[in-house]
Amino acid sequence: MDLFEYQGKQYFARFGIPTSRGGVADTVTEAVAQAEAAGYPVVVKAQVKVGGRGKAGGIKLANGADEVRVHAGAILGMDIKGHVVHRLWVEHASDIDKEYYASFTLDRPAKKHLGMLSREGGVEIEEVARTDPGAIARLAIDPVQGLDRESARRWVDEAGLDEAARDQTADLLIDLYRCYTEGDCDLAEINPLILTTEGRVHALDAKVTLDDNAAFRHPEWAEYAATETEDPRERMAKDRGLNYIGLSGSVGIIANGAGLAMSTLDVVNQAGGEPANFLDVGGGANADVMAAALEVINADPSVRSIFVNIFGGITRVDEVAKGVIGALERVELRSPIVLRLDGTNAEEGRALLAPHLSDRLLAEPTMLDAARRAVALAGQGSEERA
Amino acid sequence: MSVFVDETTTVVVQGISPTSQGLYHGLRNRAYGTKVVAGTNPKRGGEEIEGIPVYASVAEAVAATGATASFISVPPAHAAAAIMEAAEAGIAFIVCITEGIPAQDEAVTYNRLVAEHPSTRLLGPNCPGIISPGKCNIGITSGDIALPGGPVGIVSRSGTLTYQALHELSQQGVGQTTCVGIGGDPVPGTNFIDCLSAFQADADTKAVMMIGEIGGSDEERAAEFIAAHMTKPVVAYIAGVTAPPGRKMGHAGAIISGSQGTAQAKMDALTAAGAVVAQNPTEAGARMVEIVKELA
Repeated sequence: MDLFEYQGKQYFARFGIPTSRGGVADTVTEAVAQAEAAGYPVVVKAQVKVGGRGKAGGIKLANGADEVRVHAGAILGMDIKGHVVHRLWVEHASDIDKEYYASFTLDRPAKKHLGMLSREGGVEIEEVARTDPGAIARLAIDPVQGLDRESARRWVDEAGLDEAARDQTADLLIDLYRCYTEGDCDLAEINPLILTTEGRVHALDAKVTLDDNAAFRHPEWAEYAATETEDPRERMAKDRGLNYIGLSGSVGIIANGAGLAMSTLDVVNQAGGEPANFLDVGGGANADVMAAALEVINADPSVRSIFVNIFGGITRVDEVAKGVIGALERVELRSPIVLRLDGTNAEEGRALLAPHLSDRLLAEPTMLDAARRAVALAGQGSEERA
Repeated sequence: MSVFVDETTTVVVQGISPTSQGLYHGLRNRAYGTKVVAGTNPKRGGEEIEGIPVYASVAEAVAATGATASFISVPPAHAAAAIMEAAEAGIAFIVCITEGIPAQDEAVTYNRLVAEHPSTRLLGPNCPGIISPGKCNIGITSGDIALPGGPVGIVSRSGTLTYQALHELSQQGVGQTTCVGIGGDPVPGTNFIDCLSAFQADADTKAVMMIGEIGGSDEERAAEFIAAHMTKPVVAYIAGVTAPPGRKMGHAGAIISGSQGTAQAKMDALTAAGAVVAQNPTEAGARMVEIVKELA
């Protein structure tokens, strides 16, 4: 789960990482109140989970209430790369002397944590990696050993940060590492990490991705989940406990297992179609789950056909077939369904479905045949892709 | 022959109770012919459930039965401790199917195993387990879709796609030596290279099917290994060609970050390494059937 900047800063604050004084605003009036509380000048920042806010005009400096009104009014409702701004973060503007970069993430090939620290912040770190790789000091951290103050201080020296920033940055990195590990982040990134003209080091931005698997030990994350998704289809799926990702095509997809669901998207694409979604119903594809999945897909106006691709393992195909039949009694579908059922008890499952088959409920023997049929029904796929 | 497990493997099921997932799967594995010799439950030491003797700890189970492998399907919050308990008891092969373990726990557990128990192998977490058809099945794979006798070894990051691969081969009469599901998490205990290396060394395995997916760079590293060390033919399929960047496709590890982890990059690396790269599981099965016919 990606956090908004303001949530990331609030999360940082739990671990003692210094940020600018500021607050959240959903209206122009609230923005002015937050600006008065933070003290002018302030920066008014669009809260969207996408990069390039500044270039899009979503970050503005304001020296007084009138300017806050103008900027907040312009930014609220703004569309930044498809993300509509509903919320602002208003904070006291800092006098920036230097901009650095700091982050922690998992180095998957090395199976260790990776810290990255650079004296060149405020720009995309990928850009720095390309143009001046020597400017990034990397630190491999054994998750069992953790990061101690001495190593952090050596790391700061190695990165060549300004002398005035070194001790404070070492302390901050220890806190950021705690935030990353104890806070169960997939990514904890500060860009820019600034040194102010008064000689203080603090986080001017916050990019935090939380590990959804750790939600069970973080009740405080509930408030983040409430603001997580903007796609109404995804919200509906989430309410039903389904693993769903909305896409832009017209073939609705239901499969069991993440790998098979991904593979289903691929074969629909190969058959010349465009998937409308990724939906993994997991192991228990009973009538309730199947009905919920069909409801979510049915609510997507772009869907023209539905491809149900099930390989029974522990999930027995006859149970899945009963689930589909039961679901059809509860949900009035706008689009035809193409079923491909294989694996444990496939024969029994197909026999159960046979009397229900029609031009609205079709069965195909293989994944590829079913993909072609679903794509044809969606009115796509005159030409198959290589 | 087979890799990692065989007919002599004896299994302790960790966290067994009359209603546990562990019991359900353990009984299925036993019905397949797997030697399930013990279960553990700190509150039920000395009991017997469905004919499986229960011990309070893995150490006690190992002392009493000599179990060599363990099977873990406990909830995510308890999985890391269960893995360490098995390793400390001297279990050589740990299968953990638990889905949803925090990445921080996985990273710590993996590094602790490497440092403190270098001879222990962890398979998973978040994997379907391992089956050596006709000999041993630890995990949730349905035994009836596998065909004994080889000559194909399968290694896969996905669950249902593993079943699909077994099915495609078995239907064509092509058997498997061992099918290893390494799981879809960011820090797998056993990776592609571990399995490719084991299959390369196994005399009965004549060809390998590898099923990867988007995210990370394990497939690219596997490609390097294939180019340098594999003399046996490899057929590969990578799921997620059409996956959008930045979204986790079900598995915690299946995410494209920036230009990292795309299916195309993995397919290109595997093709360059000499593997036969298929566009879908059916094609992968068909290509493998052709290869096996040529080998015979």
